[in-house]
Amino acid sequence: MNEPRQTGHIVSIIALFLGIMAMTVVGFSVDWAPPVASVHGQGVDAVMDYLLLTTGTILVIASLILVAFLWYYGRGKQPASHRISARTERWWTLVPVLGMALIAEAGVLLKGLPVWEQVYGHIPEDALVVDITAKQFEWLARYPGADGEFGSVQPSLVDGQTNPAGLDRSGSGADDIVLRNVMHIPVGRPVHVRLRSLDVLHSFSIPAFRVKQDIVPGTVGRTLFTPTRAGSYELACAELCGMGHYRMDGRIVVHSPEEYEAWLAEQTAKVQ
Amino acid sequence: MSVAHAAPQSFWRRYVFSTDHKTIGKQYIITAIFMALFAVTWSILIRIQIAWPDQMWPFLGKLFPGLYESGVLLPERYLSLVTMHGTVMIFFVISIGLVSGFGNFIIPLQVGARDMAYPLLNMLSYWIIVPACLLMLASFFVPDGAAAGGWTAYPPLSALPEALPGSGLGQTLWILAMALFIVSFTMGSLNFITTILNMRTRGMSMLRLPLTTWTLLIASILGVLAFPALTAAAIMLLLDRLGDTAFFLPEGLVLGGRVLEGGGGTPLLFQHLFWFLGHPEVYVLVLPAVGIAFDVVATFGRRPVFGYRTTVWSLLVVAVLSMIVWGHHMYTSGMNPYLGEYFSIMTVAITVPFAVLGMNLIASLWRAQIRLTSAMLFGLGIIVAIGVGGLGGLWLGTATSDMYLHDSYFVVGHFHLMIGIVTGFGMFAGSYFWFPKMFGRMMSERLGKLHFWLTMAPVFVAFIWMHWLGLAGHLRRLYDPTTYDYAASTQWMNVVISYALFVAAAAQILFVVNFFWSMFRGARAEANPWEGASLEWTTASPSPHLNWDTVPAVVRGPYEYRVEGAEDGYLPQAETLAAVPGGTG
Repeated sequence: MNEPRQTGHIVSIIALFLGIMAMTVVGFSVDWAPPVASVHGQGVDAVMDYLLLTTGTILVIASLILVAFLWYYGRGKQPASHRISARTERWWTLVPVLGMALIAEAGVLLKGLPVWEQVYGHIPEDALVVDITAKQFEWLARYPGADGEFGSVQPSLVDGQTNPAGLDRSGSGADDIVLRNVMHIPVGRPVHVRLRSLDVLHSFSIPAFRVKQDIVPGTVGRTLFTPTRAGSYELACAELCGMGHYRMDGRIVVHSPEEYEAWLAEQTAKVQ
Repeated sequence: MSVAHAAPQSFWRRYVFSTDHKTIGKQYIITAIFMALFAVTWSILIRIQIAWPDQMWPFLGKLFPGLYESGVLLPERYLSLVTMHGTVMIFFVISIGLVSGFGNFIIPLQVGARDMAYPLLNMLSYWIIVPACLLMLASFFVPDGAAAGGWTAYPPLSALPEALPGSGLGQTLWILAMALFIVSFTMGSLNFITTILNMRTRGMSMLRLPLTTWTLLIASILGVLAFPALTAAAIMLLLDRLGDTAFFLPEGLVLGGRVLEGGGGTPLLFQHLFWFLGHPEVYVLVLPAVGIAFDVVATFGRRPVFGYRTTVWSLLVVAVLSMIVWGHHMYTSGMNPYLGEYFSIMTVAITVPFAVLGMNLIASLWRAQIRLTSAMLFGLGIIVAIGVGGLGGLWLGTATSDMYLHDSYFVVGHFHLMIGIVTGFGMFAGSYFWFPKMFGRMMSERLGKLHFWLTMAPVFVAFIWMHWLGLAGHLRRLYDPTTYDYAASTQWMNVVISYALFVAAAAQILFVVNFFWSMFRGARAEANPWEGASLEWTTASPSPHLNWDTVPAVVRGPYEYRVEGAEDGYLPQAETLAAVPGGTG
């Protein structure tokens, strides 16, 4: 039953396993993500750095133990006994239990929770409010206009060409600014995005901001972020929403505060 | 006591409408292989599209005229392929192959029973799966194609034909096939639970059960508890589609320029019901593969599994936790953020018992005497997949990092490692291990090892690299990943992943050929070719109708390997067959 020439085989398996471990650790260490451009996004990245360090260390230790066992007990030699003392067995269980519990829960509570709070917590008074309506397969961004009040929206008013968001233009909605597939915001100011969908589930995702929030039709959702750098960023739909899901992309343009005011004034004038 | 009933002689009762658990197990496994051929083919078409979204494929257009138009895969058909690949792989390959197939074959043999508790129910459960498979496959040929709303079938997309071409008759067939699957799987689970709890032979206490049977017991209990939620969701979805109800449809949806009437429901309800099943289902699939890994590592490591009791306890803790963490699939759904944090705390807690399982598997090699058979190679592969996949799970379970990683390729890589590779390797290890008992012949070890190498290396490249794509921001279910500029610089990885998966897919031909060739031409197997200690190795290969002439009684645990002074160096669970009269026949 014992295979005589197993040493070569066990060495190649060890090489394979070490190769997978090394590939995993090196690949995860590369900074693949688009450069972060929001305040809480830095926190999200810090959580991922923490997870890289902790899970990477565990993977390396566990792999080395596995490979060591394969090396010592995989070459046809016969260790006298398989017995391991009850004490060693207890430690073997206790260390992973305590280690994993500590690492996993510290990640969620100490590293993650404060960032979670930045996204889902209290909305600051000075936050800019933008209303996003998602529909197959485009984004409509709405600003309250000169009166500072959003108009109401009604499904029955929706018209693909002239009124894609179904805005009631009779009341305070008369001066609302509606943009297609682009949203303009100033740098450094919290942005509170109100999220609606006209038809199916969508997800409002800005990879560079580490923002991802599903949009559930029938409810008005929210997300909150503060951009840190001016520039143009991609907006993606992250929840399958139909055959055109893959091309439901939009733009987020982040201006300096002065530029933003100028842009807003121009848009406000256009509506009136 | 000799066997009371002779084996049925007619071809139909022996091989087709059989009530013998071994035949039914083999029927399930062969059905799973058949369905896997489709699901793998679809995945190849998916990978071709993702890697080269701008290319024309006139040849494929000729092969699959319904999917391609002038050599271009249609976006809605791409979504059908993604949906059907996921559905068929999870429910019609892994569930019925690993759980129903191996479960049926091995449970009575490992617990010392002559058959399942309810043989007729068992036969019915298989013959309900057959129309379910046919309905699933047929849905590709209806107008507007197969279901395309993802394997999760989230409404409103899946509820309204106006929202998506595949949400027509294809989605209805999908729901009906799933309903049949659930009926069948529930019958099977009840049979497993009853057999394991009530039909154990004399001396087979719960803590003498081999771990494969333990994991199948836990998987069955999870299935029975969780599937009713999906049943409810499926019925409500069907009513929303056909009966003008609005369980999942809110008021005022605008589709195709028309405001839909009615409403008042919410899609979030469906998500909760779906994942109340969906998450335990992951463990229904993963745990039996872990059980097989323990049995295989012990047999070919020639030592008892490390920490049998802590393993059983960890399995139970995993099972309990798996029922109360479904919300981690919905962190970004807009649910209450406090609830999100609760789900996050409980979810990452699962890594604790899972770490114990992984470390016990590794330590089962401590002072072992390793025999590198094909089954053992896949057993070792499971350990690596659990390690990488499980640790990656921590990134998704932590709600804050999931904000970035949700619905990205990180998720795709993660679940392919866990419920693709762990479970797939479980089925491969189980096949190489129990094939002699199933068919009385050996599979080719040479082909088996080649199969391992040509599978292990490429799938780990593919699915680990998918994590990196996710870190780079690539989103799942995109017909054309190059839509987004930020993703363009990492598109080359999609090409590498596709090539790796083509190699892995081709390697499965080796397995299929080995399986069916060995069935008829493999070397004759002894009763106990691997010197295994558990009960299944005390009967002939292939084991006869009703399994034993005399059902053996059990006097010790299943892993008494390398015992000093023992004949052959190990002690079988059953003392000697002749010394034990009676049995539970």
